[in-house]
Amino acid sequence: MIQFNAYKMLQTADGELPLDVSLTVEKGQFIAIYGNSGAGKTTILRILAGLTEAENVYIKVGNEVWDDSQKKYHLSVQKRSIGFVFQDFALFPNLTVRENLEFALPKNDVTEIVSELIDLMELQSLQNSKPHQLSGGQKQRVALARAIVRKPELLLLDEPLSALDDEMRFKLQDYILKIHQKYQLTTLMITHSIAEIFKLSDKVVVLDKGKIIKEGTPDTVFAAQKISSKFQLTGEIISIIKSDIVYIVQVSSGNSIIKVVATEDEIKDFKIGQKVLVASKAFNPIIQILS
Amino acid sequence: MINLEPLWLTAKLALITTIILFVVAIPLCYWLSYSKFRFKAFIEALISLPLVLPPSVLGFYLLIALSPENAFGKFLSDYFYLRLVFTFQGLILASVLYSLPFMVNPVLSGLKNLPAGLQEASFTLGKSRLKTLTKILLPNIRTSILTGIIMTFAHTIGEFGVVLMVGGSIPEETKVVSIAIYEEVESMNYQSANVYAGILFAFSFSVLLAVHLINNKSRKTTLY
Repeated sequence: MIQFNAYKMLQTADGELPLDVSLTVEKGQFIAIYGNSGAGKTTILRILAGLTEAENVYIKVGNEVWDDSQKKYHLSVQKRSIGFVFQDFALFPNLTVRENLEFALPKNDVTEIVSELIDLMELQSLQNSKPHQLSGGQKQRVALARAIVRKPELLLLDEPLSALDDEMRFKLQDYILKIHQKYQLTTLMITHSIAEIFKLSDKVVVLDKGKIIKEGTPDTVFAAQKISSKFQLTGEIISIIKSDIVYIVQVSSGNSIIKVVATEDEIKDFKIGQKVLVASKAFNPIIQILS
Repeated sequence: MINLEPLWLTAKLALITTIILFVVAIPLCYWLSYSKFRFKAFIEALISLPLVLPPSVLGFYLLIALSPENAFGKFLSDYFYLRLVFTFQGLILASVLYSLPFMVNPVLSGLKNLPAGLQEASFTLGKSRLKTLTKILLPNIRTSILTGIIMTFAHTIGEFGVVLMVGGSIPEETKVVSIAIYEEVESMNYQSANVYAGILFAFSFSVLLAVHLINNKSRKTTLY
């Protein structure tokens, strides 16, 4: 079990923002951290990893204390059993894919796990390439594999899939799930995608302005949007156009653009760029298999 | 025919200075790029001072400080039997101080331009600072290091003011090429001055050419 309490004053573009979070995670859980940018999501992972210090912090993983600011105790980054996947991958440009993984090996450890991970992540044909020759999805797989080489207790993923296209995202979600289960990790992942949360996580933590405003299973957390609907999508308003007496609101969701009719009263609350939920009831969905 | 001794002395001085500066600059730059020391700007300004200070000023202060007539010079000569004024050892010390920014600046800017994530990623993989520095950071700034080495070597070859002040012109001890040229001209010996000058000219140009070739090539192949 992981116990995490932290208080830290964050310097943001809108001035100071106190991050005040306490969180308990069971061993083997997959936790998604969801929230606006600037809410302090990355800082939580960095405090957990020991990369960022907090004014007030207590972290206990299993029976081991990692941070206790009252006793002025701080376990160094190197001694924490973590795998961290950075948003920009942070692969070492001077090393090949295989060397990047081998670098992570503890002293005198055998290279068996490296070969195993290369097979698991399907990196065989890329193992002698340098990071600058790889695509975004390939880099991501290397970063993920590298984070696992030490067989950490805790896997920390900082928006690992945000820079990838949908197809790549789906594939990598499968890789992440595979690794989480195979190595019995406890995983914390920052994500902006609700679909991803439903697919991967057991528990979701919603963060807003440095505070946890909701936590629970994805079903309960996102059930707030309980419109009696059979069909719902999330998206972003990209335009509002007047057409005769009504307005056409265009919402971009995934790869498609949905046009919705709205009245003048309704559009008062709408702004371009707003995140919205599009729901439909009188509707009989048809499912077709894509070849 | 010209005397080859000044050429040999110059090369020896440049080589030793470069080696000492390389050893000094790496830890210094690492410290400067990652520490949160309050008076860091003060140290950085001090390191860059030789870039703007007239060499004769630096030479003058060194001459005063190292002279056995004064406290520091007396201390060195009493306890270490070391005399640094008008000796080759003194020239090395003066060159190290004078060329310091030429080694430190490229290496420092190389380190500062590396994404912070590289060092952090290495730490999260359980690697120490030393291992991170030698296996990750330094290999990724090898162009900057090479530039620093070449520039330091070339700059030391071209020294005049500091050398003249601290070393004077003692044959086979402190008479380097730039001083030899000056002396040949003073004694109206233009022929020899011309040969020395030509050698320095060709050398300096090739060095700069090498630096630019390396930089252009590295821009195509490496990242930092």
